Amino acid sequence: MSDADTAHESYLLAPRGWALLTRYALLTVVALLFVVPLAWMAASSLKPEYQIFASPPVWWPSPPRWENYVEALTQLPFARFAANTLIIAVGSIVGHLLSCTIVAYGFARLRAPGKGYLFVVLLSTLMLPYPVTMVPLFIIFSRIGWINTFAPLIIPTFFGNAFYIFLLRQAFKQIPLELEDAARLDGATTLDVLRYVILPLSLPALAAVAIFSFQSSWNDFLGPLIFLQDQSRYTLMLGLSFFRGTTQINWAYLMAASLVTVIPVVVVYFVAQRLFIEGIAFTGLKQ
Amino acid sequence: MASLSGLRRREAVAFYLTISPWLIGLILFTAGPMLISLYVSFTDWDLLTAPTWVGLDNYARLLDDPRLWQSLKVTALYTAAYVPLELAGGLSLALLARPRLRGIGIFRTLYYLPSVLSGVAFVVVWLWLLNPRGGLINLMLAQVGIPGPRWLLDPQWALASLILMSVWGWGRTMVIYLAGLQNIPAELHEAAAIDGADAWARLRTITLPLLTPTIFFNLILSLISTFQTFTSAFVATDGGPLDSTLFFVLYIYRQAFQFLNMGYASALAWLLFAIILALTLIIFRSQDFWVYYAGERAE
Repeated sequence: MSDADTAHESYLLAPRGWALLTRYALLTVVALLFVVPLAWMAASSLKPEYQIFASPPVWWPSPPRWENYVEALTQLPFARFAANTLIIAVGSIVGHLLSCTIVAYGFARLRAPGKGYLFVVLLSTLMLPYPVTMVPLFIIFSRIGWINTFAPLIIPTFFGNAFYIFLLRQAFKQIPLELEDAARLDGATTLDVLRYVILPLSLPALAAVAIFSFQSSWNDFLGPLIFLQDQSRYTLMLGLSFFRGTTQINWAYLMAASLVTVIPVVVVYFVAQRLFIEGIAFTGLKQ
Repeated sequence: MASLSGLRRREAVAFYLTISPWLIGLILFTAGPMLISLYVSFTDWDLLTAPTWVGLDNYARLLDDPRLWQSLKVTALYTAAYVPLELAGGLSLALLARPRLRGIGIFRTLYYLPSVLSGVAFVVVWLWLLNPRGGLINLMLAQVGIPGPRWLLDPQWALASLILMSVWGWGRTMVIYLAGLQNIPAELHEAAAIDGADAWARLRTITLPLLTPTIFFNLILSLISTFQTFTSAFVATDGGPLDSTLFFVLYIYRQAFQFLNMGYASALAWLLFAIILALTLIIFRSQDFWVYYAGERAE
């Protein structure tokens, strides 16, 4: 988290002595609650069949059965699913970054009649439940032959997203107007201003949008479930759900497959977690 | 627009140009579909043959559809348990991980970690944890001599199991609370402490009142997301056993994509929209009574 929050932190009231020790103990116990399920998932993924249901629980499968991963991931075309998911994720990131940046700039900087009203409309679409539009969207997309293609999952991202527009607008508003005015005096167009002034100064916010967009398209389930029908078009989440639906669940395989599908989001989270948490915190602050 | 000077006018044109992707998207992917949905809700349509106009039949059907009422009941029960739990749980985590101690970032990171795996993988992990035979939770209960329930397989326990699973996602709310807590000046706490207020009194009289805008924000987010619960119900239980986890959106999904009742599904979707809109409006109105905005009101 940023250094800014030290400003409102009281050193006078910071826990000391026993209070500090209890605090750490409590922090650790709670952390275990969040981590143990993941450890259990990893342990289970390496178990041979006979250890899966063993009681008391086995934490260190011995010997670890790495073949589970190979076998799980070849039962269904997971490589295909991963490629599909990646195409959709990259498409969404590009779409969101392009569209949301331009729209956010307008909302952050330009004055026009009706703007306040449109901003309220933008914010209220944040509260619009997706299931309300999913049925008509399916009808429209099936008319224009988009069903079973990635188009319904990628094309709409090129038309903005209320949450990301809002996030970027907040970031753009913090850039001093003088910088932009100076550029304009030098003859810069709006696109120049965006490219040379606004964007370089908003990299953390842009990165946050890219990460959110990646995470939400990677984890999306309802969209792919409705719009993709052929197994060859499945995303990882659809594949995983299909795998879970097979009559004889092999839990070790299922855990292995799940673990592999979440690794990309977990890695991105750890690499960029400061941006991640700040991005969320940011939108929460400036409601 | 005629009254605007040339420069202002050009700026206004530029504004509408820059926001045009969003405006077009709003028409193509939100407003247009909603109008279509409204029309479809007055028809009987299986997508294969032409739609037939049935007037208000679909809406009349809402009134005596026992499964609809079941799905409303399930969604309402889940919301009533989940929202307060998440609001209080997230706040507890935030208060716990609030002091800037050495290594506190690691704890915050770990608390938020499960929130990034929302979706199918999140549900699948819990399916295994809650497995009656080999799941960790029942194995641990067995260690202390308690026979665990059949969790997601038992109609009495299935919904409770889904609520239990949601605990794992509290990190998301925690992060927003942490941001809100940063806005509370330390001097207030220090002054109160000097006057003899203990931690509990400070929580009640300083932290909570000043945090109400954040609580409000979390309340709205949490409410909207619970009403849209789908993945966990679809993947974990498929609405069962005995419809005990038949969430509203799952029911819409079935009507639309399994039974191809596009008309009825659209009417259901409008009902969902009306419910969420009404709840959101009520909560927004209630702000005056319990949300405290220091200084000026939020923009």
